[in-house]
Amino acid sequence: MTFTVNGQETDAEPRPGQCLRTFLRDQGWFGVKKGCDTGDCGACTVHVDGKPVHSCLMPAVRAEGRAVTTIEGLAEGHVLHPAQQHFLDAQGFQCGFCTAGMVMTTAALDQGQRTDPDRLFKGNLCRCTGYRPIREAVRGQPVPPGPRDAPAPAGLAVVTGRARFTMDVAPAGILHLKILQSPHASARILAIDTTAAMAVPGVVAVLTHADAPARCFSTARHENPLDDVDDTRVLDDVVRFAGQRVAAVVAETEAAAEKARDLIAVDYELLPAVLDPVEALLPGAHIVHDKPLSSRIANPARNIVAELSGGTGDVEAGFAAADAVHEATYETQRVHHAQLETHGAIGWLDAEDRLTVRTSSQTPFLTRDALATLYGLPRGKVRVFCERIGGGFGGKQEMLTEDIVALAVLKTRRPVKLELTRAEQFTMTTTRHPMRITVKVGARKDGTLTAMQMHMLSNTGAYGNHGPGVLFHGSGESIALYRCPNKKVDGVAVYTNQMPSGAFRGYGLSQTNFAVESAMNALAARLGIDPYAFRRKNMVMPGDPMVSLDAGPHDVEYGSYGLDQCLDLVERAMSETPPAYAETSAAATGTGARDEMGDPADWLIGRGMAAGMIDTIPPRGHIAECWIRVSERGYELGTGTAEFGNGTSTVHAQMAADALGTTPSRIRLKQSDTDVSGHDSGAFGSTGTVVAGAATLIAAEKLAGLIRQAAADRLGIAVDAVTLGPDGATGAGRTLPLSTFAGLSADGRTRGTPRSVAFNVQAFEVAVHRRYGTIRILRSVHAADAGTVINPRQCRGQIEGGVAQALGAALWERVMIDGEGRVTNAAFRGYHIPAMGDLPVTEVHFADTYDSIGPLGAKSMSESPYNPVAAALAAAIHDATGVHLTATPFLADQLHGRLGAARSAAAISPTEETFRDVIAV
Amino acid sequence: MDLNTVEELDRPKGGAAVAARAGRLNDSEAWLAGGTWLFSEPQPRVSKLVDITGAGWAPLTINTCGLEIAATCTVAELDALRTPEDWRAAHLIGACSRAFLASFKIWNVATVGGNLCMGLPAGPMISLTASLDGACRIFGRDGSEWEVPALDFVVGPQQTVLRPGELLRSIRIPVDRLRRPAAFRRIALSPMGRTGALVIGTLAPSGGIDITITGATPRPVRIAFHTVPDATSAARAVDAAIPVGGWYDDVHGSPEWRRAMVKEFAGEISEELGAAARMRQ
Repeated sequence: MTFTVNGQETDAEPRPGQCLRTFLRDQGWFGVKKGCDTGDCGACTVHVDGKPVHSCLMPAVRAEGRAVTTIEGLAEGHVLHPAQQHFLDAQGFQCGFCTAGMVMTTAALDQGQRTDPDRLFKGNLCRCTGYRPIREAVRGQPVPPGPRDAPAPAGLAVVTGRARFTMDVAPAGILHLKILQSPHASARILAIDTTAAMAVPGVVAVLTHADAPARCFSTARHENPLDDVDDTRVLDDVVRFAGQRVAAVVAETEAAAEKARDLIAVDYELLPAVLDPVEALLPGAHIVHDKPLSSRIANPARNIVAELSGGTGDVEAGFAAADAVHEATYETQRVHHAQLETHGAIGWLDAEDRLTVRTSSQTPFLTRDALATLYGLPRGKVRVFCERIGGGFGGKQEMLTEDIVALAVLKTRRPVKLELTRAEQFTMTTTRHPMRITVKVGARKDGTLTAMQMHMLSNTGAYGNHGPGVLFHGSGESIALYRCPNKKVDGVAVYTNQMPSGAFRGYGLSQTNFAVESAMNALAARLGIDPYAFRRKNMVMPGDPMVSLDAGPHDVEYGSYGLDQCLDLVERAMSETPPAYAETSAAATGTGARDEMGDPADWLIGRGMAAGMIDTIPPRGHIAECWIRVSERGYELGTGTAEFGNGTSTVHAQMAADALGTTPSRIRLKQSDTDVSGHDSGAFGSTGTVVAGAATLIAAEKLAGLIRQAAADRLGIAVDAVTLGPDGATGAGRTLPLSTFAGLSADGRTRGTPRSVAFNVQAFEVAVHRRYGTIRILRSVHAADAGTVINPRQCRGQIEGGVAQALGAALWERVMIDGEGRVTNAAFRGYHIPAMGDLPVTEVHFADTYDSIGPLGAKSMSESPYNPVAAALAAAIHDATGVHLTATPFLADQLHGRLGAARSAAAISPTEETFRDVIAV
Repeated sequence: MDLNTVEELDRPKGGAAVAARAGRLNDSEAWLAGGTWLFSEPQPRVSKLVDITGAGWAPLTINTCGLEIAATCTVAELDALRTPEDWRAAHLIGACSRAFLASFKIWNVATVGGNLCMGLPAGPMISLTASLDGACRIFGRDGSEWEVPALDFVVGPQQTVLRPGELLRSIRIPVDRLRRPAAFRRIALSPMGRTGALVIGTLAPSGGIDITITGATPRPVRIAFHTVPDATSAARAVDAAIPVGGWYDDVHGSPEWRRAMVKEFAGEISEELGAAARMRQ
């Protein structure tokens, strides 16, 4: 059939069941993205005869004789379409994976529609930004940048669809890999018959546990592999969760691979399944992993992957000395990262027979190391690299596709691609660890804390990846935030036959922050003390030891301290008249039954807040090595850290440019490639700026010194008399062009220690509909102590995005698992991540501090804004309704059931206690 | 997504050619209209698609009897319809279009008939046509044709009265229903989420009201009142009409909440339409 794409006549035949999205990508139009392939996310939006459609749902044959426009065809030559220009000006993206769809949708709207985009964009999901800059871009009203707001280097490539994400290449002769997933939560594989599958034309190989290395590993990636337990095989003969890999088909086409996958006959012996973490601990429970001690599983016979206990002082004495004690159990649910780009990898053998993997990973170097170990290859025989990555949030601090792609490459010696479908992403990757956390806190009448106690039960699912790390990290800063002489913390991470949990933004702290901050709010309310005052009374101050499991010694210091400022900023903002946009945000928070608020008497109004602390770097070492050199047209910077919307590329270029007296546009980044730079532990634990960036700064400062020295030598003047500028080195009235110094280079290396602490405070004002149970956020105010903010616009974006993602988890998101252990909502239409119209605009404030440890005074700020959101929201809902919510998400249907008397009562006492276990001593 | 099991696409041209396929599809064949649901999930049993969009049916026909909506009419076409001034219920078209979880871009492709045939409790075109007493025209084998009220077209989640291979041709909405004052209420767990309950009331010339419940129940439920009830009676009638176990339960809302919301809405609608009735007098 013939049709036109971006003005080009095209003659090609789609397959009968092919959708337009893949057909366009077959023609090389990689700007058309796959976020969900089910019509929910809008990343594949194109215009057909001028009308916007989701190309994943349109049969390709319907394009016959029509004109299709993709993001690549929107600009007129070099002149960007206004929608593209506005997204660029507003920096209306982070990872950029959703951007093509956002721009194409914007371009299809008229001026009137653009002014009120919320409802029109419910079919365009962004997981990174929280939508504020996207809304500004759609409206054509980008906020002008400040002096430090350097734009992302890849901005132009992102808005024109030229940015290459993991799957945006088409190597010749590539094979497609499809995975057969287990329907059972717990079973032994007795036999696999691949005869029928192998007979499907185009099938090259069917891989089973017989083909996989016997070696166990962990999908989790840490600098030290011993931090995790070795409990996973590439393909196992025991399945421990519904959705686990059973076999893999490698075929010439995806269709052949799918067909063959469905013809694999597996004989399972069903084993007992333990789905509940409490039951998993009971004597006689099914043992999920019968593994030796060398696996490092703490207690396999009791399904305990890790456990901890510690504290300080005497909590019993502390509670005895308290005037009020609050104790409750808090629960956090299983939530998905829901990055718009699913996991995927493409592997091949290069000309030197090296295993090469192009992947969507936060940790290319650690994945390279893991592949080398797993397949017994020298490190030098493995190369792993990333181009642009469509979102991470911790989910890509795992090796979830590269291991099996490598196996297929090594077996077939051909290029192999595995791209997870959205349903596979929902059923065979990882989630946040669900936790059940009991917190008991006591204080004197004046608010002074006397004792804190916390017990954590973490559900690591079928595999222990990040199970120990999340348990330990979760036990830390949420408790250490408070000065209290008596503390006791213990916890276990247990196996169940559910899908695995893993690294997730906050790394355990979002769960324990919800529990501890909720308990502190309840205790403060009980004592009649304002929550801000309660924090001021009890929070750690510089000089105080930071104590949770133990009092140290450790490498965390007060490199700076801005919690006091954060509290002041939020409290003041909440007491002032909201800025103009807050009205918009209230309207944007959407509808109960009607578009307007309806009868004001139906709405119960309340406010709440919570605080959070986070170490700026993960413990136990985080390494970054980079280089920078003078090139023909500027500088080349080689760094290992990956870009997935975290914005570190911008910050690296900015830091290097500052040190070298040039502009960020002159710094060309080569990144996230094991062939390019020295070692890098990876972009996780919010380290892109404070560890990798610090290495960049060291290298750039060294190079600046070398250039100035060289210039001084040439000019015969003192080094101090030389200044660096965009065009070269100047001294004594002469400028030596940069090319003079071509070849000069310098290295930078950091080890991630010592570490500092960063702070966040979040407050909400909410309205709860007394008859419907729906929750509207009227105001969202956040203050962050990120040290000296290098790029305020970008840092604000990280905070807005973190709050947005946390609101999704606090209000709606939940992985539903049925009685058989199967995920029942494996699509965005059943797993609701926030759309533009779901979210308020969050007002962001920064503390004014300078960190003595971080580069240029900066501290990390990408995970931590997520952490205090759920507790602040619960406090606001309690203030409005008198209902204490102790389990996320706070769904309208469940809140409605708890409203009870509030449904009809005209006034609620905000201090009315509904806890069964609040004790007044 | 690609439907890799599909090996053949049959694209009959013209209404007669499409009608001739009716009643003759086997289990491995499926009708293709907009494709927005079909292409959103793997269809492992389907190896052949029969495209009905070549039928050339007029999407929307307004005549003295009312409105006929072709099954292949897109949601966007219906939403853009300019209706006669005295069709006081016409605002339901826009309200129901906006009740889709899907965005306006999907409306450019998704069809009204497709939404009915999906038979989801939250299908807003089901809400629209059922509340306005539409009649579904169905093509069977060898030119046979029969009708069923839109209220009875869906019998349960993803179940309709269609027999294997039958084809929904159109939905006819009577003009007297389109002229009624109508009230609309909808709620979802999130502002942009999928419908948890959708209730529509229409005011009959006789002074009675018809309340149609969708989204909250496995299939549409009608409660008819001879006179406008007060809010309490309306809520009580909901309990009388739908047993405690008769509420839909899925990720988009608990049965208890759905029941409570429908009772609230029945009361609100009664008050709203009661006010409209008083205005008329």
